[in-house]
Parts: sequence; structure tokens; C-alpha cells
Amino acid sequence: MRSLKRHFSLITALFAILFAFEILVIVDRVLSAYESKLSERYAIVVVSDHNLTLDDFNTLHSSIKESQPLSTKNEIEQIEEQLAVGTIDLSLIKLPYFYALTLDHYPDPDELAKIAQKLKKSGKISRVETFSAQHDTLFKLLVLFKWIITLLSYVLFAVTLLLITKEMRLWQFQHHERMNIMSLFGAPVWLRSGVLFRLAFVDAIFATILTIITFVLIDYSGWIDNLMHHIGLDIVLFSFASDPLMLLTIAMFLSTLLAVIITLSLSEEV
Amino acid sequence: MDKIIIAEDLSLSYNNQEMIISKATLSINSGDFVIITGASGSGKSTLLKSFYGALKPLSGELIVGGVDLHNITTKKKNFLRRHIGIVFQDYKLIKEWTIEKNVMLPMIINGFAKDICQEQAVRLFGHVNLTNQMGKYPLELSGGEQQRVAMARALAHNPILILADEPTGNLDDYSSKLIWDLLEGSNTQLDATVVVVTHNIPSTIGVKYRHFEIEHGDVHEIS
Repeated sequence: MRSLKRHFSLITALFAILFAFEILVIVDRVLSAYESKLSERYAIVVVSDHNLTLDDFNTLHSSIKESQPLSTKNEIEQIEEQLAVGTIDLSLIKLPYFYALTLDHYPDPDELAKIAQKLKKSGKISRVETFSAQHDTLFKLLVLFKWIITLLSYVLFAVTLLLITKEMRLWQFQHHERMNIMSLFGAPVWLRSGVLFRLAFVDAIFATILTIITFVLIDYSGWIDNLMHHIGLDIVLFSFASDPLMLLTIAMFLSTLLAVIITLSLSEEV
Repeated sequence: MDKIIIAEDLSLSYNNQEMIISKATLSINSGDFVIITGASGSGKSTLLKSFYGALKPLSGELIVGGVDLHNITTKKKNFLRRHIGIVFQDYKLIKEWTIEKNVMLPMIINGFAKDICQEQAVRLFGHVNLTNQMGKYPLELSGGEQQRVAMARALAHNPILILADEPTGNLDDYSSKLIWDLLEGSNTQLDATVVVVTHNIPSTIGVKYRHFEIEHGDVHEIS
């Protein structure tokens, strides 16, 4: 019971930090996937009098990933009743080429305007349609989400500092007497602080395991998967390959830092 | 005879403020049994603290066990303390450890093997008559019993010097006698130098001792 109590406080603090951090990582993953999805779906439509290939477009702008020729047949068919038969064939020959250009990333409005300008200035493109109104709205929404995530990161950092400071005071109080007594009998610093580091190490492992179990349970419950499915995203929320190691590293770093600070603050007292 | 403590013009004070000990000169030989007395607040405990490096001399020379305490490094201080057994007035037992582990502490610090630590602890608990309480925690014991544990801890690593600060203050007669007997035994049988700070010397003391008194910051030998 005595020992459990000692472990509980640091494990709780570390768990809170790891949980919040993993949430940030997951939200960041979702946003990246969403941005990538937007980038895949978004296309600039250009009109040219020339038959252009992807290489041609790449010489015009390097961020063009794909060019898809658009068929004009459907549009002609829609107005064919108003046109004579000969006119339809003539229109098909006379009509310029339409292309849907996909970019390798989701550009911001300024960049998009520059791309459009560069394409227009090339002389090969007669018209560019960027659907800027819709693009800008989506981009601003994405920027807002990213800003919220950044803000949350700062809040998390501040809360982490507060929790660690609180733990530090608690540890100083808990370990001060023992370390002082050991010092009076000539224990070197490593021996005096051995318990601290053991505690830090064990608690970091426990907090990491607890966080992993929590996210595995959330992942297996499926409700987040359903949510992602609804917004058309198919991503790995909790990566078993990288996340446990990342969480363990953070927990170890924080708890070791705590132990080092306490050791240094109590090393030269008596 | 080797001198284990040498103090020349030793002055002590806390935070360079009021002088507690002023220009004291004394020397204690190896194997001596020394009793330091004085009124409350006279600086007995302060002088003892300086012997184990918890208080740096303000001026003068202080050499304990061949180590100059004026310019001492942490490493040297630890080395010195590993050869000293200290009994504190407030026991200074680690509350979250069993009393057995408390007694084993100086041996653990000195790198004794675990089985030797346990054997020695059992033997010492026999001497302080607490064998059947070894699994208990300090706060489960009375003040007298805790001081007996502290005494056992001070003797655990066979120190060359034992420093005892009011080891029998507020203790019952039984515990007081046991502690004085152990201090005398360490001196006569183990040849340890013993320095005891106390306000009352027991009439039954059976060892030849040197007596210093502190008065107004001055340390002088009475007998």
C-alpha cells in the first residue's frame, strides 16, 4: 500500500501527459490524412490549344503530379439538339483541350494564385480555373484545425510543466529525508538517488503500458473507425510499430528528468 | 598515539552570523572515550556536526580521521562519513524502511555483501534487544526503541569513530543504560573512538573518559 501510493502519483501524472500527447498525435494524423485526401480530390482545370502531356505540365510547374485530359463529348452532346450535325463534328475539332491537374500537395491560396499565374503566363494555357472560393474555404478550415492543434500542443506543454513541477515538489518532500540520512552515512549521489531512478523507470513503464492499453481499447471499440469512415478517411489511429516506443521515450525522458532535478537539488544539502 | 580529531582555533557559526564556537583547540586520540557537556544552546551539537562535515569551519583547522574539513570535497566527505557511526538525538531513521534495513544502511553504503549485512543486523538487534521487532517500521516503535535501532545502525559497519548527540536524552532508564553500555563496549572491545555530547553523565559509567565542557563558545577540558 505504502509503495503503491508512492507510484500512483507519478504514474497518474505521466499517464495524463502521455494520453494528451497521443491524442495530439492522432489528431495530427487525421489532419494530415484529410489534407492528403483534399489534395487528391482537388484539381485545377486548364484549357489549352495544345495537346499537352504530364511532362509538358511539369516543365510549367513542378508541383503538378497528374494531368487528366477531360472529355468534351458530354458537353457537346448536351447542346447537340441546338446544333446541326456538321457543326458538332466541327466543334469537336475546333474545341481546345481541357485538363484536370492534380498537385502533389494542397496549396495555400497565395501559392495557388501563383501556380495559376505561371500557367497562364506560359503561353500554352489559355484559361485556368482554380475553383478558388471553395479551395480557400477548405484551406482556411484546415489552417484553423492546425492552429487549434498547435495551441493544444502549447497547452499540453504548459500542463506537462505544471504536472512535473508538482511531482517534483512532492518527490522533494518524499525523498528529501531519506536522501539526507543516506548522505550523513556517506552514501554517494548514485546510491542516494538510486531509489528515485528506479521509481522513475518503473513508473514510466507502467504509465506507458496503461496508455497503450487505453488506446488499444479505444481502437478496438471501433467508434473512432466508424467516425473516420464517415468522413472518408481510412487511417491507422494507433500505430503499434511506432507509438509505444514514442510514448515510452517521452515517459522515460520526463521521469528521468524529474529524478535528475531532484538528485541535483538534494545532492549538497548536508 | 594517533590523533583522530584535531581542532586548532576552530570557530563555528551558522551562515557567518553569531559565533557558536570560538577559537576552540582540542585533540582526541584514537581509542579515547570523550564526553562533551555544556548548557543548552552552548554549541555541543554544533561542534559534533562539524566533526562529520555537516558544518564547515568558519576559521581555524579541523582534521578528522586525517581529512581536513576546511577544504573538503563531497567525495572526501562521503569517504570520511563511511568510517563514522553517528547517533542523532532525533534518531534520523528512514521511516519507509524496516528497522532491519535501517541498521543495514551503513553496511550497504560500505558495500558489504547482503548475507553479511543480515548476519550483522541480527547480531546487533540481539545487543539492543529488538530481535523480535526487526520487520517493523520506525514509527511502530517507541522513542527508546528507535534510539536503540539508531545505536545499532551506528555500530553496524564497525566504525573507527562514533559520534553520539544526546543519545539518551528523554529515554527511559533501561534504554539509556543499554545505549551507554553499547558505547562503552564499542570503545573497550572494538577500540572505537567515542565522542558523546550529553547534558548528563551517568554515575554508573564504567569507562575512563575525557571530559570537555563548552561555555560561552569556549571548549575546555575538565578531566
